Amino acid sequence: MKKYDSEYEICIVGAGPAGMSAAAISAELGAKVAIIDDNPIVGGQLIKQTHKFFGSKNHYCGVRGVDIAKILEEKIKHPNVTLMLDASVVGYYEENVLGVVQHDRFLKIYAPRIIFATGAVENLIAFPNNDIPGVYGAGAVQTLMNVHGVLPGKKALMVGSGNIGLIVSYQMMQAGIEVVALIEIMDKIGGYNVHAAKLRRLGVPILTFHTIKYALGKDCVTGAVITKVNKKFQPIKGTDKKLKVDMICLAVGLTPLSELLYQAGCNVIYIPELGGNVAWHNEDMETSKPGIFVAGDASGIEEASTGMLEGRIAGASAYESLKGANPKAEEIILAAKDELGKIRQGPFGTKPRLGKEKLQTITH
Amino acid sequence: MPKQTSNPKRVRSFRINEHPILTFSKGRLVKFYFEGKEIEGYEGEPIAAALIANGVKVFRITEKMKRARGFFCAVGKCSSCLMTVDSKPNVMVCVEPLKEGMKVEKQTGRGKLE
Repeated sequence: MKKYDSEYEICIVGAGPAGMSAAAISAELGAKVAIIDDNPIVGGQLIKQTHKFFGSKNHYCGVRGVDIAKILEEKIKHPNVTLMLDASVVGYYEENVLGVVQHDRFLKIYAPRIIFATGAVENLIAFPNNDIPGVYGAGAVQTLMNVHGVLPGKKALMVGSGNIGLIVSYQMMQAGIEVVALIEIMDKIGGYNVHAAKLRRLGVPILTFHTIKYALGKDCVTGAVITKVNKKFQPIKGTDKKLKVDMICLAVGLTPLSELLYQAGCNVIYIPELGGNVAWHNEDMETSKPGIFVAGDASGIEEASTGMLEGRIAGASAYESLKGANPKAEEIILAAKDELGKIRQGPFGTKPRLGKEKLQTITH
Repeated sequence: MPKQTSNPKRVRSFRINEHPILTFSKGRLVKFYFEGKEIEGYEGEPIAAALIANGVKVFRITEKMKRARGFFCAVGKCSSCLMTVDSKPNVMVCVEPLKEGMKVEKQTGRGKLE
């Protein structure tokens, strides 16, 4: 009996920005690669990002996320790459075998090197009635609007002023939804000022030191009660405000998807700056378990631009760890590390930089 | 973009008709059933998108607390949107593609296998 259904040199889980970058690099260097994703199309969360990216031209400055997905898709159209879509990796088995369910069939796939680029899942915050329809993840709203062309509501409250909260608010307005308010519990907005300025110009109130108290409605959201908080983030009496909205969007952060890395036996550590539990990894993106790599949001919540760079590093170092030192791979790794360093020097790179530095101080 | 008004005229239904950046390529318009009632959606789009476009927001009722649940994560991760589709319970409708003639039912509790 055949031990596996198929065998590759490097297997990549997740065809988002990090996974596709890793696949493109390792295939280009000469490895036989499989890239597996549970969605019917590649791109991960890039497929809903209609905004233009920032950064230097090396990481697609001025290009919309949706178009970056197309560029990466072209790059993985390579004879060394096998793309498996509609395929969920449901388990890691001993000696680097992945259990994959595709079209109701269970497949066993072996690769001596595995890169997990599994991404992240949206966070939920606790408030009464947060479970009823109408309370949606901001990313989910983005998917529904920008990928499927459907509006989840007509009047929205956005909770959270990180870049996702700001950008999705603007995109909701582009799609025709009224953004009644954007609230932020901290003293200042979390994301880029340019995004916030766009909203302010369009008349969206951005309320800092505000939080949601509860959602109104029985079967569906019919409103929200927001309140002002003091410097200790406690609600201030008499400041409750009732908003008439039919949707509440939560943009309150993301959590790395580390389940498969846990299962693979990697040392997984809680690092708040990276968004939660992440697999320990070195600067070459290799985890505590030799031969297993991680990249993108799964290695710490950051951005698509940094995810792509981490993907390049993971792709090149997985190749080298399998085939031995290679000058071209070295060059790719050095260039990507240099760019990552530059991005993380910026004000919005501080948190992930501290998180990654913290990781290096922990023995695995 | 003009300043927003309280009732944007562009929202005629829950489908986006005009968009400054995007165009949406859709499959063919097909009929399917929600709780026995015939409604329409585009083939291949997630069942959840077709339901929301028809104004349906409640997808299931929880077992113990009888709470309404609907769309939440859109990526097949959170299990908020489980429904019974063609007698099969616990289908994640946020990622399950719509097919012509599908019978989609609200699910109560954990659902039953027939």
